[in-house]
Amino acid sequence: MASQNGASETPTEYIFHHLTHLKVGEGFWTVHIDTLLMSSMLAAAVAAFLYVGVRRGSAAGAPVGLRNFVEIIYEFIDSQVSDIYHGNRAFLVALSLSLFTWIAAMNSLDLLPVDLPGSIAAMFGAGYFRVLPTADLNGTIAIALVILALIIVFSIRAKGVGGYLHEWIAAPFGNNPLLWIPNIALNFIELLAKPVSLSMRLFGNMYAGELLFMLIALLGMVFAFSIAGISLFIGQIIVGSVWAIFHILIVLLQAYIFMILPVVYISMAEEHH
Amino acid sequence: MTINATFIGQIIVFLILLWFIGKFVTPVLAEELNARNRKIADGLAAAEKGQKDLAEATNRADAIIRESRERAKQIEDQASRRSNEAIEAAKVLAQGEGARIVAAARDEAATETNRARDQLRKEFGSMVVVGASRLLEREVDAKTHAQLLDKLADEIARG
Repeated sequence: MASQNGASETPTEYIFHHLTHLKVGEGFWTVHIDTLLMSSMLAAAVAAFLYVGVRRGSAAGAPVGLRNFVEIIYEFIDSQVSDIYHGNRAFLVALSLSLFTWIAAMNSLDLLPVDLPGSIAAMFGAGYFRVLPTADLNGTIAIALVILALIIVFSIRAKGVGGYLHEWIAAPFGNNPLLWIPNIALNFIELLAKPVSLSMRLFGNMYAGELLFMLIALLGMVFAFSIAGISLFIGQIIVGSVWAIFHILIVLLQAYIFMILPVVYISMAEEHH
Repeated sequence: MTINATFIGQIIVFLILLWFIGKFVTPVLAEELNARNRKIADGLAAAEKGQKDLAEATNRADAIIRESRERAKQIEDQASRRSNEAIEAAKVLAQGEGARIVAAARDEAATETNRARDQLRKEFGSMVVVGASRLLEREVDAKTHAQLLDKLADEIARG
């Protein structure tokens, strides 16, 4: 915190500093280096973890060690998907496994000390660094857009292009030319609500969690020179611990929600109206 | 909080991860877990079959033991019956032999008795003649009465 830019930093500057991305480019063509770097590194880590996991201790007998852990995750997701989706679920299991492991890994970055990533980035000469890709709306909306595309693809695969377009104008109110406009409007809203709610929910949870960690960190910083500072420092440790422990739940819960809702959406998309 | 080109990069990252997991992770897991499930099911079926076989073998062994026990009993009965028969036959044979020996002994004894009686008669006859001649010393002329005396002696001897 204070070590980065000197003791003169005000709380407002501190928060602002922590909420600024490391970026290049202008306007729409701005790219958040930190988001892309952390998410791709974690994607690689998750892929490596799962790849090594399925190839170690994979004897025909009882699974051991890392393999056992991977199998627990896989079987949990497989049973969740099979409860919701009836059909060949190979792709949906792969999708859910990717979503759950990747998002859980990214959310877990919120548990790092709030000043640690920025300090490390400063050593490499980067002025700003937000470590949490899921607290960047770009990060969550990207995944949600892929889900949106998958919803449309699965709908068309189940109903054909004609059947899908027919549903746009004929459902849910009925196939009457007067009702085409309301049908299309409602379908549009329904379709758009899915990625928006998915991305906003994850982003909101993670952004709020990150912000709260920053405010808790401020507790110990703002009053560091007063007598009461010691008690506030202790308060920071207590509140920070409580929030961190509670945040473990949020990390996994949000990953689970983001994993299970696409399966629900896709199985709904295959239903005929 | 602004939407910008970052999400395009994020989409690419996600699609690569999805491709990797769908290609190298989930198919392996699905296949191996299915194989393990099959193996476990096969193992359970084999165990069940083994138990059934064991019960069957036990039943068969029991039947064989029962049968052999019966046969042993039959053989024992037969043997004891045969030995009884042999003993009976031996008894009959021995009794017959004994009777024969007794009869032979009786015959011999009778023959001996007769012979002794004959000899006794002869000796008695000659003793009578000797006694009579002694009594009749004078009157008995050996020459004239010899014929009579012999006749007497014969009669005695014949009894």
